[in-house]
Amino acid sequence: MIPSQFDYVAPSTLDDAVTLLREHGGEAKVLSGGQSLIPMLKLRLASPTVLVDINRIPGLDYVEERDGALHIGALAREAELERSNVVRSRYPLLADTAGVIADPIVRNSATICGNVAHGDPGNDHPAAMIALDAKFVIRGANGTRTVAARDFFVGLFTTVLEPDEIVTEIVIPAPPARSGGAYMKLERKVGDFATAAVAAQVTLDANGSCQRAGIGLTNVGSTPIRAVAAEEFLVHKPLDAATIAQAASMAAAAAEPVADRRGSEDYKRDLVRVLATRALQKAARRARGETSTAEG
Amino acid sequence: MSTHNITVTVNGQAHSAEVESRLLLVHFIRDTLRLTGTHIGCDTTHCGACTVLLDDRPVKSCTVFAVQADGHAVRTVEGLEQGGSLHPVQAGFKEEHGLQCGYCTPGMMMTATALLEHNTNPTEAEIRQAISGNLCRCTGYVNIVKAIQHAAGAIRAASAATPAHSVAAVGETTATA
Repeated sequence: MIPSQFDYVAPSTLDDAVTLLREHGGEAKVLSGGQSLIPMLKLRLASPTVLVDINRIPGLDYVEERDGALHIGALAREAELERSNVVRSRYPLLADTAGVIADPIVRNSATICGNVAHGDPGNDHPAAMIALDAKFVIRGANGTRTVAARDFFVGLFTTVLEPDEIVTEIVIPAPPARSGGAYMKLERKVGDFATAAVAAQVTLDANGSCQRAGIGLTNVGSTPIRAVAAEEFLVHKPLDAATIAQAASMAAAAAEPVADRRGSEDYKRDLVRVLATRALQKAARRARGETSTAEG
Repeated sequence: MSTHNITVTVNGQAHSAEVESRLLLVHFIRDTLRLTGTHIGCDTTHCGACTVLLDDRPVKSCTVFAVQADGHAVRTVEGLEQGGSLHPVQAGFKEEHGLQCGYCTPGMMMTATALLEHNTNPTEAEIRQAISGNLCRCTGYVNIVKAIQHAAGAIRAASAATPAHSVAAVGETTATA
């Protein structure tokens, strides 16, 4: 399959990239990892007339913890999250998520920022970023702004990004002590989009009760969904089996699945309940230090 | 629409060509350079038959534009054999019957090569994880895993015999890719 013709430019600075995007308006697309965009071009689901390749801009491939937050640059690859010791030890939800995206070869190229900027509700990072209360740093022709993950996703393949804007960095607040997270995904085979998936991040107080909970749902709506009612229900409660079961039912109620080849609405909704239960249980075990974060 | 003069080092040799923006790396390799060992399978980023090493990292060459490889180094299955001797991964696939129809084999061997360059003693789980983006419809993977284990053993034995030649060091570069 051959894409439509397009012009290709590879600027060496972010300023040049956003200038090019502004010049071409909505006709241009950003090429980063390309693992979603190039298949769409080949299937002619997208036909931009210009690709702005940001891969030759230096200094954007970092994954590093500083100033109380994890910073992920625009060109950091999924494989970097799997390799990063700080991610595996302190952000297990992210390590879980990276490990179930597409396959290991795709993850060598695919970027984390691209995964969120693409706006596909089937992508895995958006729900994780919502659960982690991440913020996205966005550079455009008119300057830089920051948007919370929970406010970023507008609709199917639609985000708050303007045509001349690039997600240049993801900033995730460092989890306090007694925090843990987990991502649970059911896929039909390696590399498939989720039938459904649930991201959970919890912080416990000194007594072991839930201080904060973040819950994001993947591929059960036109955007990733934040299970707000379930999050609020968990606060100040011990994360015991009955409480988690109740929160998981509330998360399932927040899902808006549509029937497709992966399953019926009822099936997917109940799958959210089961996956939310398991994700919260695992997040709680990790927050209590009961499991190795490397555990699968 | 734009064309570009690119230079790509393929299996150690620099190749220059004028390419359309939309030319995929796999077509550059197969049609421009006539290196047809790299196969096109699904053409949808799933099967991994087209896997090559781009700066030592496995990539699906149906999902990279040739122009993106300008100034970079590509290795294909043709680059494995050196001086008439099979690469240990090729020898492993031969010895353990790691193929039937052979369609997935070039991609499978390139992924295996990259794995063994940074881990000469992978567990079976690590091997299966590494090749999970390469689909084989013939073998059930059992002999492919054995083939890669065979290659790993040969590489470790060669490394032990000539300590100055550190196979592991080659893979260090992949950590920064």
